[in-house]
Amino acid sequence: MNDPKSKLRRTMLFVPANSPKMINTADIYGADSIIFDLEDSIPVSEKDTARLLISQALRSLKFNSETVVRINHPTQTPYGMNDLELIIPCKPDMVRLPKVESLDEVELVANYIANAEKKLGFVEGSITIIGAIESVKGLYNAREICRHPRITAIALGAEDFIANIKTQRTKTGVELYYARSVILMAAREAGIQCFDTVFSDLNDSEGFVAEVNLIHDMGFDGKSVVHPKQIKIVHQIFTPAAGQVHAALKVLAAYQTALNNNQGVINVDGKMIDTPIVVRAQRILAQAAAAGIKIDELANVKEEAASATVGKQQKQHVEQHRN
Amino acid sequence: MLNSIGIDIPATLPGISGRPLYQSEFANKPAGKLFAKAIRMNRPGHSKLLGSIEQALDKTGLKNGMTISFHHHLRNGDYTLKLVMAAIAAKGFKDITIAASSLSSCHDFLTEYIEAGVVTALETSGVRGALGKYLTENPGKLKKPVVVRSHGGRARAIEAGELKIDVAFMAASACDRFGNCTGSFGKSAFGSMGYAITDSRYAEQTVIITDNLLDGFVYPYSIPQNDVDFIVPVTAIGNPEKIASGAIRISTDPVQLLLAEYSALLMQETGYIRQGLSLQMGSGGASLTAAKFIREIMEKKEVKGSFAIGGATGVVAKMLEDGLFEVLYDAQSFDTAAVQSLHENPRHLAVSVSHYANPWNAGPLVNDLDVAILSATEVDTNFNVNVITDSNGVLMGASGGHCDAAAGAKLAIIVVPLIRGRLPMIRDRVHNVITPGSSIDAIVTERGIAINPKRTDLLEKLQGSQLPVMSISDLQKKAHSLVGRPEPIKCVPGAAGVVAVVEYRDGSILDIIRKPQY
Repeated sequence: MNDPKSKLRRTMLFVPANSPKMINTADIYGADSIIFDLEDSIPVSEKDTARLLISQALRSLKFNSETVVRINHPTQTPYGMNDLELIIPCKPDMVRLPKVESLDEVELVANYIANAEKKLGFVEGSITIIGAIESVKGLYNAREICRHPRITAIALGAEDFIANIKTQRTKTGVELYYARSVILMAAREAGIQCFDTVFSDLNDSEGFVAEVNLIHDMGFDGKSVVHPKQIKIVHQIFTPAAGQVHAALKVLAAYQTALNNNQGVINVDGKMIDTPIVVRAQRILAQAAAAGIKIDELANVKEEAASATVGKQQKQHVEQHRN
Repeated sequence: MLNSIGIDIPATLPGISGRPLYQSEFANKPAGKLFAKAIRMNRPGHSKLLGSIEQALDKTGLKNGMTISFHHHLRNGDYTLKLVMAAIAAKGFKDITIAASSLSSCHDFLTEYIEAGVVTALETSGVRGALGKYLTENPGKLKKPVVVRSHGGRARAIEAGELKIDVAFMAASACDRFGNCTGSFGKSAFGSMGYAITDSRYAEQTVIITDNLLDGFVYPYSIPQNDVDFIVPVTAIGNPEKIASGAIRISTDPVQLLLAEYSALLMQETGYIRQGLSLQMGSGGASLTAAKFIREIMEKKEVKGSFAIGGATGVVAKMLEDGLFEVLYDAQSFDTAAVQSLHENPRHLAVSVSHYANPWNAGPLVNDLDVAILSATEVDTNFNVNVITDSNGVLMGASGGHCDAAAGAKLAIIVVPLIRGRLPMIRDRVHNVITPGSSIDAIVTERGIAINPKRTDLLEKLQGSQLPVMSISDLQKKAHSLVGRPEPIKCVPGAAGVVAVVEYRDGSILDIIRKPQY
């Protein structure tokens, strides 16, 4: 799962980059990714100190989670390019580009990173970009933004977006339904990941659970979170039930048996298994493993799958589908 | 002479003699009979009511060189100790020993009485604030080192006659004209009188100081009239706002929540969350917050506990009310919700501190504890725990019931952040030891859990666990990799540096608190 487009990212935890205490403890809560923020949570008077602080932290601390730095906008603010200058040499896994509205902006940042990677001797493409759609203009350009090769994920930034469309957050989420759908389709078209916006009312746990269920059902890969206590809830909702894991194991065992026997059609419990089902089974097992479910203990299903069959062509489809 | 945990104890300590060196948790065995005060009688119609504290000093026959005691149930809102000391100083008494169950920062004024020679010795569970700083910096101001005892150890010392109290001045939030009194109601209600019960039973004279003298009867009472010699009504025994905080809440600090959750999961995975669970939790931070997660697991598994021990808080009182525990034993109530529960819930029982933790009786409650979740200012790689001095070696905490609960509990868990500020909390050697590592089974931090290697049974149960179980040295390495390894604090050697003597609960000498040398 080292491919940045398929890495498990159920939760991306925002951490203000001007707080040494929060930076120090950022990785102990089990978030899949940490987003160190240089943008909205950092006052203008602290942009430089936060940038210095996080660059030192990235150089000297080993984080257990993936590291992402949310830079300031590279053209709409005077800070974004300075952020990149200091942050890229520290080799974060990802840069989050906020309020992205056009391909030009992605290219500006992507080219900067590409040149820096060359100069610094990093593997080409090792620092990827997650773009955050936070305006109607950005939403309408989401498809081409998502297709840029350095973009591995797209996210919705709701606060600016709802201001832009002149409404407010509601319990039902109706105001974001269209935006969520559009960026999700754009992401899926481009074969990248898609993340939902933050839920900032920390006292409304019911509302939070409802929203996470909604975006999970819609098909999002995960959610940005603003407090460690939100992490467990997202992970629980994104953890497959035991029955799902069991079924996925059966599917994959059948797939493996069929591959070994060079057979064409897979059949599990009387149902035909095709490529997307195999891919989904793989995703379910990855989510289960990340949630600490002991797959080995559930894996007594190989004999049951003896009748399964699969073809070479189908194997290729599966590999393509995963990528 | 080195004691068994390697602490060098001076051969002579001024004012302290005949104490054995600490060997192991239950090594020092009692002999002889319980201490007893002189027999007395009062004829029918005798009134115990006095007009003032000054009058009480006369009536009790207080003299220079005597020992007086106080309880600390009023915590940082206590006025009683100040009222009594002002009267003592005004009458010109000198050389008084204060044996308080603990001292809070509201007792900082004691430095003046020490300077004036009114107070020449302190025996207490804890010292904080400016007084703690003053005592740490000025060894030798008192005629003997401060004696630090655990709650159980203090009850033991009183009952064994090692700590002889001449006059106990006990605050009560309600008292009747006969002396039956309580802390569970009245404008200055503070809950259980656990410490005061033992003092009033064994002190040569007991004076109840109350701001709520009732014409009728106090019931149920914590101290019965037959243990009370005099009653002094005053305007206020304390500041209600500082006596008990409002309901202490579960922490929202994410690190504390993580420590709490790990503790609960550790209990679950080692099989301790089971029918009949008995539990002691602390009054704040992760120790209290663990209640949230323990509760969730108990409810999910439909487990009903037997008893909980306070430090009672509203959080535990609610668990009692909701049937998660059969009974709550309360030696000290920490918030208004606990005070109210003690007053209203018949299954919430005030107990004496001897009942709670004295190792020298037929069986204190701590002996029956399954799990204790305790905090620490720092721990070391031998699992020793400090709760009395800060990272500069200054007195700022209290021994409390720490070593008592740890010695009794089958699973003693320490919850401590791995890093505070820029300091690692797992040291090569704690600056001071309050609880020896042999009593501690697990240290829970936000980055890992260390199990005492002697608990091979726990390690076995935790094999394959999702919990971040690792060796204490690996956990320490994690801390060092983030913040480096601090230098130990240097101390003034010899007799000149001795600030306090830490007595283990059995009366042996566990540690010496020394003046730091900066």
